[in-house]
Amino acid sequence: MSDKTIYAIYDDDYVLLESAKHLVGKGIHIRDVFSPFPIHGLDPVIGLARTRIAMTAFIYGMCGVAIALTGMWYFMIYDWPLNVGGKPNFSLIDNIPSFVPITFEFGVLCAGHGMALTYFLRNWTLPGFKGRNPYPRTTDDRFVMEIHAEDSKLSAEEIVAFIDETCVLEIDEK
Amino acid sequence: MEYKVSKQAKLTAITLVVVGLLSLFAGIALDHSHHGVSGRIWANLLADGYFFFSMSIAAIFFLALQYVAEMAWGVTTQRVFQAIMAFLPVGAVVLLIVFFASSMHWNHLYHWMAEGVMEEGHENYDKIIAGKSGYLNQTFFWGRTLVYMAVWFYFANWFRKNSIKEDKLNLDGSVSPIYKKAIVKSVLFIAFFAYTSSSSAWDWLMAIDVHWFSTMFGWYCFSGMWISMMVVAVVIVQYLKKNGYLKEVNSSHVHDIGKWTFAISCLWSYLWFCQFMLIWYSNIPEEVTYYVQRFNDYRGLYLGTFFINFLMPFFILMSRDAKRNGIFLIPVALVIFVGHWLDVLIMVLPGTLFEEGTLGLVEIGMFLMFSGVFIYVVLNSLSKAPLQTKNHPMYDESLHLHH
Repeated sequence: MSDKTIYAIYDDDYVLLESAKHLVGKGIHIRDVFSPFPIHGLDPVIGLARTRIAMTAFIYGMCGVAIALTGMWYFMIYDWPLNVGGKPNFSLIDNIPSFVPITFEFGVLCAGHGMALTYFLRNWTLPGFKGRNPYPRTTDDRFVMEIHAEDSKLSAEEIVAFIDETCVLEIDEK
Repeated sequence: MEYKVSKQAKLTAITLVVVGLLSLFAGIALDHSHHGVSGRIWANLLADGYFFFSMSIAAIFFLALQYVAEMAWGVTTQRVFQAIMAFLPVGAVVLLIVFFASSMHWNHLYHWMAEGVMEEGHENYDKIIAGKSGYLNQTFFWGRTLVYMAVWFYFANWFRKNSIKEDKLNLDGSVSPIYKKAIVKSVLFIAFFAYTSSSSAWDWLMAIDVHWFSTMFGWYCFSGMWISMMVVAVVIVQYLKKNGYLKEVNSSHVHDIGKWTFAISCLWSYLWFCQFMLIWYSNIPEEVTYYVQRFNDYRGLYLGTFFINFLMPFFILMSRDAKRNGIFLIPVALVIFVGHWLDVLIMVLPGTLFEEGTLGLVEIGMFLMFSGVFIYVVLNSLSKAPLQTKNHPMYDESLHLHH
């Protein structure tokens, strides 16, 4: 079996989605799809697992909450108790309402930034990293499927023949 | 598909009313409070009347919101919200009876209505309350109350009637004229409701603690009625689906209603906390009394209600799968339904029964009775029209909702 990479280039997201369904039905494994925006309903078709980014967001958020509470306990209660409006400055729990807004904000901050950074890191798209999309036009108006011949039981020629059955714009082999 | 109220549902409603009545009678027999049991019954009537009534107006609001935002997904569940609106007249009658009794001095829910409170020289004279007489006087109070109820009823009636009328139109592909009118009505309703949801909460609930005021009170009540109504919709949708109705409602619709439930319960928690924290922080005597009373005499109930209503939906409904699954949705919905009823109860009891208010047989009995009637009225209204609208222009889009 040859290790050939086939790129099928489309100019419409819906056409790509329908073609993907067609190809998967023929037993072809689609390794990845590059598109300018998320294609609704594509993930289950090409067999992508559900993202776990929400879980990481939750964990980062909880870390933020813990850091904020520990920090404020240290600054405001333990290290240097401040008398703010006569509020109990010797105990965290009695003073908790005044810490809630900051705790919430810090939780959101950590969840948001943590999630974004994880996403960029996972995709290797942090600033300064080299882009790995095979066709720069997939950031504009092209939709590209990446198929590795070794992933399917079919030969590269057969795969190309099946792709040809779809409304494909261009097929590239590397 | 037409829905028929099953025998089992009717029996459940009747059982709730009967058990509620028994509990109420037992509670009356066992009551040993100093003020007598009648004050307790009136206070409960006000709390339950407001709680159940407010859900029906929140349903009008949510329906209007769907028209204004051109929300397509909600079309397949529109009839559920219309059914919840059906409780409006019943709740209004209960509230009007309570207010009438207050005006006639048959109860003492509203201290500002008591004799001589506004009269200089009278032994009941209260300078602070007298200063509010421009707003809190019988004529203006009744005028406002009747206007709110009449206008809300008009809109509820209009939406329901025209939605059924829309089904019978022969459109031939053109956009239903009723839909266009409904958008205009919705805008008018939301503008009216924006003011009156707040001011009705001041008039009916905040005026109990007449010396006290909070600018967040209206929003707090509004978010409370919205979330209570939303969980009712969650349960009705699940109930109907389980019995083979609402086949058009798929897991994405359920997910969307679940998302609203999650979001609005966060909104409620946010407003509860904002009102509390600002008053706690500034610590001004005339403001903190409200919380001092609740923290001294109702601590467990008051804080427990907040934490359950906030944490239950927050942690359980956070994940996507839970929002799509009745096994998670129904328990959360039922618990926070009771939680928000308690929330309203604790708005009413401390100001009317003072330290003697409890969660006892009278309270539970009254709640069960109202629930029974509410279930019957809502399901009965559901059975009066097909469960799906027909000529709504976005019906087809709603059918194909998928995410």
